[in-house]
Amino acid sequence: MGIKMSVVAFDAALKNLEEKYRIYAPATLSGMNTFSDTELIRYEEVKSITEIEFGKKAQYSAKEVVMPITQTLFYFTEDQYIEPKIDEKKVLVFLRSCDIHSFNRLDEIYLKNKFSDKYYKVLRDKVKFVLIGCEFSFENCFCVSMECNTTEDYSFYVKPVGDQVLLDIKDEEFKAIFIGESVEVKPDFVNENIVKVSVPDGLGIKVFNHPMWREYDSRCIACGRCNFVCPTCTCYTMQDIFYKDNKKNGERRRVWASCHVEGYTEMAGGHGYRKLNGERMRFKTMHKVYDFKKRFGYHMCTGCGRCDDVCPQYISFSNCINKLNNVVKEVE
Amino acid sequence: MENIYMPVQARILSIVPHTDIEVNFRIEFNSLCKPGQFVEVSIPKYGEAPISICGIGPGFIDLTLRRVGVVTEALYDFKVGDSLFVRGPYGNGFDMEDFINKEVIVAAGGSGLAPVKGIVDYFYDNPDLTKGCQLLVGFKSPKDFLFKESLKLWPKNIQLLITVDSAPEGYAGNIGLITKYIESLVIKDIETAQVVVVGPPMMMKFTVAEFLKRGIKEENLWVSYERKMCCGVGKCGHCKMNDTYICLDGPVFKYSEAKNIVD
Repeated sequence: MGIKMSVVAFDAALKNLEEKYRIYAPATLSGMNTFSDTELIRYEEVKSITEIEFGKKAQYSAKEVVMPITQTLFYFTEDQYIEPKIDEKKVLVFLRSCDIHSFNRLDEIYLKNKFSDKYYKVLRDKVKFVLIGCEFSFENCFCVSMECNTTEDYSFYVKPVGDQVLLDIKDEEFKAIFIGESVEVKPDFVNENIVKVSVPDGLGIKVFNHPMWREYDSRCIACGRCNFVCPTCTCYTMQDIFYKDNKKNGERRRVWASCHVEGYTEMAGGHGYRKLNGERMRFKTMHKVYDFKKRFGYHMCTGCGRCDDVCPQYISFSNCINKLNNVVKEVE
Repeated sequence: MENIYMPVQARILSIVPHTDIEVNFRIEFNSLCKPGQFVEVSIPKYGEAPISICGIGPGFIDLTLRRVGVVTEALYDFKVGDSLFVRGPYGNGFDMEDFINKEVIVAAGGSGLAPVKGIVDYFYDNPDLTKGCQLLVGFKSPKDFLFKESLKLWPKNIQLLITVDSAPEGYAGNIGLITKYIESLVIKDIETAQVVVVGPPMMMKFTVAEFLKRGIKEENLWVSYERKMCCGVGKCGHCKMNDTYICLDGPVFKYSEAKNIVD
C-alpha cells in the first residue's frame, strides 16, 4: 500500500521535517561540471522535491553524508586533542537501490573489520533512506548482475508523477508526516541492464600477473576519479595542518584517498608499491569483486557504473570484470 | 563510545642516538604489547606514523625512529621529559610461544632489526628457553649500526653475526650481504628451526629464498611487512595487500601465508 499527495503538500511535509532533519538528495547544478556548459549532478541539501534530480543518475554517490570528503577528527590547542562538535540534526537521504546497498559495504569497513570508527558511526546512526526508483536502467549500470537492483531497506519510497507524489512509507515516524490518499504504490526497480557482468569463480593471485593488466598501464592515467565517484570506496589519508596565524593551533583531518593516485602506498623515505597503473587497476578490481567478498561474504561493487561514466580514458570496469572470465580459464 | 583515533600522552624517558639519522626514544607506556607490534606515534599538527616497538619493559617501550618523514623529523626536536602521543599497540606481533624451546634464527636488515629485537632480547634474558638463538644482522656500513649496546651484550647468550654491505678499507668485520652467510649457517635441525626475516623488501625476498633453499619449512619461516598506514585499525586502506590488512592481520606472517599476499 501507499499514498498519493500533491507536490505542495509533500514540500510542506518536508518543511516540517527540516526541524529535525537535514535532507540530502541528488541535484542538478547547471554549468558546474568540469567542462564548460556541462551539468553536475551531486548530493546537495534540498528543501523541495522540485530540487531533486529524479531523471538522471547522480554522478557522485551519497556516501558523503557519512564519509565527508574532508573530515576533522581533532582540533589541537597546544597539546590537547579536542573532538569536533556533532551536528544534532538527523539525516534523510534520497538515493537509489544500488546506493542503499553501498552503505552496507561502508559499514563493513567502518563499523566492523575489527574496530568500530566513532566518527563514521555517529553520522551513520543519523541516516534514514528515502528510496528513489529506477524506471529504466541508466548507461553503464549493471546493478542486476551485482544483485543490488532491489532493496527493502528504506524508510519511504518517493516517485513524483506530474504535480503528484507517490509514496510507500515503511517507517512509522513518516506515516504521521506524509498524509495523502491511499493508492497502490510499488517501487520501480529494474530487472535487466544493457550491461551484464559475470564475476568468475576462481579469482585469485593467479590472475594478478596476467598480461591483461598491462593494457591499463598506459590507458589509465591514475587520476582517481573512479575511486571518488565510487559509492563503496572507503580509503582515506590522514592530514595534519596548523593555522598560519597561530602555529600552536591546528587540526587533524582525514581526506578521501585513491588507490590509483600516485603516493597511495608511498612510505616515509620514498619506497612505494604498485608503480604501474595497471597494477593499481588490478588492486582496485580485485578489491571490488574478489577480496572484499573473501573477507565479508559478498562483493563490494554494487554495479552503479559511475566509474565507467566518469573515466576520462573510457576504461570500462564492467568490461574489465567480464574479461576476467577468460583470464581465469587461461590461468587454470 | 571509544574513539580509536584518540592517542594518549607519553613522556619521553630517554633518548639515545644510534646514528646521525636514527635515534631510540624510550617512552612511558603501560599497555601490554608484544615484539613485532607497532604504535601510531602522533605529533599534533605534524601527523602520525606507524613505528615498531623495539623494546618492552615495565612501564615503558622503546621506539627507534629514522629521520625520514614529517613526524620523525618533528620528533628530532623533542627532549627527555617532553611528551609525545601514541595510540596502540596494533598488529599481531610475534607470539613468543611459537619460538620458546625451539631453535631460533633471526635475520634482520638495517632498521628491520627494530621489530625483531624483542625476540632476541627475550632469548638473551632467557637462554634456557631456546635450543639455540642466532642473530644475523646486516647494515649498510659500519656507521649505520643500530642498538650498539645490545650488539655488545648479546654475544654472551646469542650467536651473533654482523655484516655490512660495504666498509672503508681496513674494516675488520664481515663485509657482504646477509644472503652470503646463510649457506654456511649452522642449523641444528632444519625440520623444526624457526626463522624470522625482517628488512627492506629486496633483502627479505632474497633472504627468504636462501633459507628455503637450505630446507627451512615455509610454516617455520616468519616475515614482517612494512607498509604505508594512516590508521592502524583497518579503515584507511593504505596497507592492504590483496585481502590482507597488514595492520590487522599482520604485520607478522608465516611465509606459508605471506607468499600468497601480493601488493
